[in-house]
Amino acid sequence: MMFFRAAAFLLLLVAAAPASAAALQFPPLTGRVVDDAHLLDAVTASTINAKLAALEQKSGDQLVVVTLPTLQGHEIEDYGYQLGRAWGIGQKGKNNGALLIIAPNQHAVRIEVGYGLEGTLTDAISRLIIEDSILPRFRVNDYAGGISRGVDDIIQVLGGDSADFQRRAAEQTNPQPNTADYAQLIWVLIFLGFWLFMAFGRRRRFYGGGMPWIIPMGGGWSSPGWGSGGGFSGGGGSFGGGGASGRW
Amino acid sequence: MLNKFWPRAAGIFCLSLSLAGCGVNTIPTEQEQAKAAWAEVQNQYQRRADLIPNLVNTVKGFAQQEQKVLIDVTEARAKATSVQVNANDLTNPEALQRFQNAQAQLSGALGRLLAVSENYPELKSNQNFLALQSQLEGTENRISVARRDYIAAVQTYNTEVETFPGRFWASVYNAKPMATFTTGEENQRAPAVQF
Repeated sequence: MMFFRAAAFLLLLVAAAPASAAALQFPPLTGRVVDDAHLLDAVTASTINAKLAALEQKSGDQLVVVTLPTLQGHEIEDYGYQLGRAWGIGQKGKNNGALLIIAPNQHAVRIEVGYGLEGTLTDAISRLIIEDSILPRFRVNDYAGGISRGVDDIIQVLGGDSADFQRRAAEQTNPQPNTADYAQLIWVLIFLGFWLFMAFGRRRRFYGGGMPWIIPMGGGWSSPGWGSGGGFSGGGGSFGGGGASGRW
Repeated sequence: MLNKFWPRAAGIFCLSLSLAGCGVNTIPTEQEQAKAAWAEVQNQYQRRADLIPNLVNTVKGFAQQEQKVLIDVTEARAKATSVQVNANDLTNPEALQRFQNAQAQLSGALGRLLAVSENYPELKSNQNFLALQSQLEGTENRISVARRDYIAAVQTYNTEVETFPGRFWASVYNAKPMATFTTGEENQRAPAVQF
């Protein structure tokens, strides 16, 4: 009985892991404006793109506009934070990213705010931007107008005053060391020292013939996702469900 | 001598790397991740609790006669904030269940408060109330994200503890599986509020 229970439990764990991983598919991050639902004309899209690039250059904050033809059966709140995490919008450690998500077929819009911007672009402010600037225009099918105005408002809120910008720009140049990597390095050094001592201290041949084939498993040697072809990529920022949604 | 040194050093380096990779670090790392995810869950529930006194006062100003609903929320909040689960008690399913029950009771009371406030047009158009409401919605959303992250972290950790080679390291560390949320509350949305 115990065996069956344990087996069923393990089976559940094994079955659940790929299911949750394969549940959502995200569009490729082609730029700061990902217009998969084709709501924007070329001129508006490039105007918005320029504003978003200027925002990042000024403050380091990454804002991305994304229009989606489908939410794959999920709520926009559910989809939004996972999209933000998948793309890694915002810088790693600072999580200063935000998304403006529009799903016209679900009549849903959301401002998804990364952990680091939750204090500036609060839920209440996000809600106000959606209710006052975006939804009135969407209701009369002026998608380009609503998106442009929403982007302007978000940039204005994120802008704050210039002192705030300078402070953030200064922080940006001193990235936090990653403690996990140091911990791993220390382990490696300890083992290295130990084995060197064993090998040379005893003055005997340690390995019989050739090198043993050892493939390191797991490990945490990953690099941040900078600089793929398109000229824009997420910096590894994370999201925790901050922001607000609206429906029309 | 020199031509023997480098192959040896390389072999030793590979071996130590593989030891670090073979699971010595996995259980402590995943345990810390699950604990951090739990801290975030508690943090977001606390954030919700912090919003409530202000919300209750605002509603009181417009809907004095809804005494019962207001008292329910206040009492449920007091109860929910008194039940905390220390990160080291996460292996105890009963402690987590108590926490979950207290928070579910508060969710219910809050839902009734928001439903009642629908009947007061002046309250519904009050700026302070609107701001609180959007903060509350955002917090409910964060709670559901934090819960899902915790569930995922515990799932990863428990899988490691229950399967080889983590099972071996788990006995070395005396690591036990952690408890997780039982009801499907993370599949439910916060009570939707229409404007």
